[in-house]
Amino acid sequence: MVVMYRNSTIPTGAMTPMWTSWGRLLSIETPQHPFRKKPFLSTNGTILATGNLKSYGDSCLLSNGTAFSMLFQDNILAWNPQSGRLKVEAGVLLDHILQNFVPEGWFLPVTPGTKYVSVGGAVANDIHGKNHHRVGTFGHFITSLKLLRSNGEAIVCSPSANSNLFQATIGGLGLTGIIDWVEIQLIPIKSSLMDVEWLRFEGIPEFLELNTASSHYDYTVSWLDCTSSKKGKASAKGIYIRGRHHPDPSCLSIHKKPYLKIPFNFPDLTLNKYTIGMFNKLYYHHFPKHKKGTQHYDPFFYPLDQLIDWNLIYGKRGLYQFQCVIPFKHSLSTFQTMLDIIAASGQASFLSVLKSFGSIPSIGLLSFPEEGLTLCLDFANQGIKTLTLLKQLDELVLAARGRRYPAKDATMTRNQFKQFYPNWNTFLAYKDPKISSDFWERVSPQ
Amino acid sequence: MTNLDPDLIQTIVVLGATSAIAKAFIRQCCNAQTKFVLVGRDEEALDAIKSDLIIRKARSIETIVADLADCFRAKETVQAVMARCSRVDLLFISYGILGDNAEALKDNVLTQEIITSNFTSVACLLSEFTPIFEKQKTGSIAVITSVAGDRGRQSNYIYGSAKGGLALFLQGLRHYLSKYGVHVLTIKPGFVDTPMTSAFKKGLLWASPEKIARGIRHALLKKKSSVYLPGFWKWIMIIIKLVPESIFHKTKL
Repeated sequence: MVVMYRNSTIPTGAMTPMWTSWGRLLSIETPQHPFRKKPFLSTNGTILATGNLKSYGDSCLLSNGTAFSMLFQDNILAWNPQSGRLKVEAGVLLDHILQNFVPEGWFLPVTPGTKYVSVGGAVANDIHGKNHHRVGTFGHFITSLKLLRSNGEAIVCSPSANSNLFQATIGGLGLTGIIDWVEIQLIPIKSSLMDVEWLRFEGIPEFLELNTASSHYDYTVSWLDCTSSKKGKASAKGIYIRGRHHPDPSCLSIHKKPYLKIPFNFPDLTLNKYTIGMFNKLYYHHFPKHKKGTQHYDPFFYPLDQLIDWNLIYGKRGLYQFQCVIPFKHSLSTFQTMLDIIAASGQASFLSVLKSFGSIPSIGLLSFPEEGLTLCLDFANQGIKTLTLLKQLDELVLAARGRRYPAKDATMTRNQFKQFYPNWNTFLAYKDPKISSDFWERVSPQ
Repeated sequence: MTNLDPDLIQTIVVLGATSAIAKAFIRQCCNAQTKFVLVGRDEEALDAIKSDLIIRKARSIETIVADLADCFRAKETVQAVMARCSRVDLLFISYGILGDNAEALKDNVLTQEIITSNFTSVACLLSEFTPIFEKQKTGSIAVITSVAGDRGRQSNYIYGSAKGGLALFLQGLRHYLSKYGVHVLTIKPGFVDTPMTSAFKKGLLWASPEKIARGIRHALLKKKSSVYLPGFWKWIMIIIKLVPESIFHKTKL
């Protein structure tokens, strides 16, 4: 017996080995081992491969079974500096890719709002970014990947080889097998700076106007003050942000390490509708009507990464995320109703994000993005009160033929899953029988 | 590869190269002047590390698949290493197992496994390397032991005694090799946040493998004899060592 070095001197029993996801709604005690092929194949019972546990709900948790952490699998396997093709093990974090390849003039083709997610997780959730309207999802930039199935098979899939399994794996929530490595196409950049514009808007119609006028910008997103919405009026205020990589050669500096850390759970009262309202007002007025500037990619893409463990601000109770996409024709009315319902509930979302998804169809059978408007909200967990609100919002999503995002979900029901993801039936054929997650146990059609 | 400028080019031999601390250390040492000889048991994992180091522009990387815990193979392993490099600038030993103390009490095969992996096999390998360093009259040896080796505790004394024995062995080796100008470093890490301990609740005492690796590089540069990593463990262990037995026996450490 050699190799894995463990310097823990405290017996395992002395500390409770608990783990949780980013929403911190549920803590579980399932053993979590670093991934090794042999134990993976010989483990009895259900298994799940996990990454950096940044999903908000329970798609990265497994209460009954064995979890294998992929974070130790963090080697770069191949790199072609001419073409920008990068082959990495699944546990490599996006942070790691930026650190190594930004200085060479390459950037992630699609990036979410945090760089601390693993490549395996990025594939499993077919993540999207601020450039969805132009380029689609992360899955569109995967040229091939290797899947380890629990029956011992190792299958390389790509858009052309084993393409059905490839489509099931992109956005497949890690359920089709363990992702061993992934080959990604990076995009060239000349500078680590971004040219950015911030524009104030009032009401979703104004947002839509700006959005149409900004479709040629590579990256667009908007921040919404959901506490500013007045009943019946489409008046929610927000800041529209659009940007692109600075086109002229300049510094290719990488991001700095985060320097602020939330040290402990804040009291539950920290975030309430009054403090949230106040914060949002201050933030809104921080920007003039129209502002232009340059910014490093780090604050542009990853504003919250500056603050380690920011989820502790929500207190011990944890938080629910809610992200849905609604087709364009229903989105205006649906979102306005949603904002009214949220205001009436007395709850408030601290960070609300509004963005349009483009028409490029997602590759994955269970990929979340589809053409329309996506709204992302978060709510501190106030028990039944929050669950009731989420239920009301869900009904609106269903009525508008939209869908919710599993990576940010903790409440979806079996029926809702079937309606949100009509490809579920096709997906079942590719699911690995030994792999599951708490999310899957909750929604899997039986 | 011809060795054009021996003063600049470093050869680093790592025994247990796939461990979290070793990986972090290797990456930090990697540059165009570094030649690596990496030894471990998991061929696939070694190959992955090799690819990673090629992209990080290491001068050369050799891998050897070997069961380091097998004492009878120590000679063979060292010969395999020396067949791939003319000299060793740094020998880094980072393998070992924690084992389960309670289980080992029921089955002495496990006790033997813990002692062999963490102590006997390391001692055999070091003894095989000793004449090489004697002849070289230069170079460093850095070995990972543990804070657990400083005082025997009811929960962990089999592992602790093996690591403590290893620390004592290294102290003697340091004495012996000092007249040959060879530096021997004893590394005593505390809690390290590796994926294997990802299930543990992390507190202030935990450190990342990257931080430990930086500490090791610093200690090597300063030619330290022994180092606690992170440094505050020195003070914790002074206190733990000072607690009288009568009080210590009341604890569950």
